[in-house]
Amino acid sequence: MNTEIIRKDFPILKQEVNGHPIVYFDNAATTQRPEPVLRAVYNYDITGNGNPHRGAHVLAISASQAYDGSKETVRDFIHAASVEEIIYTRNATESLNLIERSYAETHLKKGDRILITIAEHHSNLVPWQRACEKTGAELDYIYVDKETGHFREEDLAKIDDPRVKIFSFAQVSNVLGIDFDPVPLIERAHRHGAIVIMDGAQGAPHKHTDVQALDCDFYTFSGHKMCALTGIGVLYGKKALLEEMEPFLRGGDMIEQVKEQETTFAPLPARFEAGTQYTEGAVSLAAAINYLQHIGFDFIREQERKLTARALEGMKQISFVHIVGPDNPEEKEGLIAFTVDGVHPEDVAQILSADGICIRTGHHCAEPLHTYLGINSTCRASFYFYNTEDEVDYFLDKLAQVRKVMGYRD
Amino acid sequence: MDIKQLYTDLILEYNQDATNRRTIENPTVHEHGHNPNCGDDIDISMVVENGVIKDIAYTGSGCAISQASTAMMMELVKGRTLEEARHLVNLFLGMIRGDVTDDSQLEELEAACTLKDISKMPVRVKCAVLAWHTLDMILDRLGKDKKK
Repeated sequence: MNTEIIRKDFPILKQEVNGHPIVYFDNAATTQRPEPVLRAVYNYDITGNGNPHRGAHVLAISASQAYDGSKETVRDFIHAASVEEIIYTRNATESLNLIERSYAETHLKKGDRILITIAEHHSNLVPWQRACEKTGAELDYIYVDKETGHFREEDLAKIDDPRVKIFSFAQVSNVLGIDFDPVPLIERAHRHGAIVIMDGAQGAPHKHTDVQALDCDFYTFSGHKMCALTGIGVLYGKKALLEEMEPFLRGGDMIEQVKEQETTFAPLPARFEAGTQYTEGAVSLAAAINYLQHIGFDFIREQERKLTARALEGMKQISFVHIVGPDNPEEKEGLIAFTVDGVHPEDVAQILSADGICIRTGHHCAEPLHTYLGINSTCRASFYFYNTEDEVDYFLDKLAQVRKVMGYRD
Repeated sequence: MDIKQLYTDLILEYNQDATNRRTIENPTVHEHGHNPNCGDDIDISMVVENGVIKDIAYTGSGCAISQASTAMMMELVKGRTLEEARHLVNLFLGMIRGDVTDDSQLEELEAACTLKDISKMPVRVKCAVLAWHTLDMILDRLGKDKKK
């Protein structure tokens, strides 16, 4: 496998901006789509489009096969025990909201606690505030060390509190990007019967994930962060938990029998998938998983590590650039949040954009983390397997000139 | 677009101009402005005497466009009446919306008229208008207080 061949699959990367080849370093926000994924959707639309699970005609059947077949690909991808445990949603945010509505609101009571970390994306934070409002439970945080970005040891003890009924955390923080082993944390929470939710939005696209080995109770991720279309996401839940949960949305396809005054619901996973589903999205997700597996997660990891190490090394040489979280590549996943002395992130991004470089700015939907760290906003460069070391060098070169563009004479 | 067209020398100069970046003791009125997505954050304080803006200052942080725009606005409205300030705010917002394009009309905005091209950059509009919207809110409040 090499990036030169891989990049041929991504037409968007051939574009130029102001005469510079585009350098796409905003992969933690959304990734680009390779031609095999786009072709799979196109092929479905020109040969197999119908409404899955409805009707007996040939296109209804091909649509059902495409939809149900994609579930098996997803099940295999995260090593779930059965396709009944794979629910399609719009994205990780909707998956987490589904858990909040259908599990947290019916299972929590006053005096209970929900534990998350300060590094959570708003998607794994705002829904829990609602759960607390509805049930009287309390939301508590594991904080990180402001220097190292790692969880504070004394805060990890909060996991052992038997009042904690839900423990939810990101597999990889979209700001700090720290690689850590979640299994000991999951075991600790399980010891007193808490359920554990892992937000895999920044994990599933980059690393081999086995939900049974992790033993998390729920796992969520978004297709668009792993080469699929936007609008398709996944909720994995252990069957025993999903079975006792209230349906999230109600309507067509999630029912068993409907009478004038009452309804019985379909078995899993359909009971959580009301209405005509996003079959093109499902097709794209299966195609993306096949594509990533063809590239291989060993290659993906290795390439991201190489790029991250090179970027960190170069950024450390620029005196006015400060890395948020650890700057040791061994501890990092493929994303780097940073600030530039005297230049607001929005300006940094605008200047780099004129040279074709796409990075993210703002608080990356993690405002409480930024507030806690005392930073208004940050820049973020995030890599995927199709990025190259030449792109990193180009980025470093342009980053080193940012203050000059803003009129500083260093 | 060449980056120099956005970050003109004038904008870079105003970005670093700290004349009115300070706090005012006992202001007549005070208002907070915030862009939730990019984290631009300003606090504007103003001293008004007999319907005239005697002093105006700000604290907070933001990108070069928002900081320069704030500095330009303060320089412009200091010493003006509230009615004049209202007129200038409306003129500036009209320019950024692309409603007012006549340069001779925009001359009144002095340095701030150089932000005209921001109207063609939708993602930076919010930066340019933050201080002006905040002043707009202040003027609304003063107007209401007056009616009472």
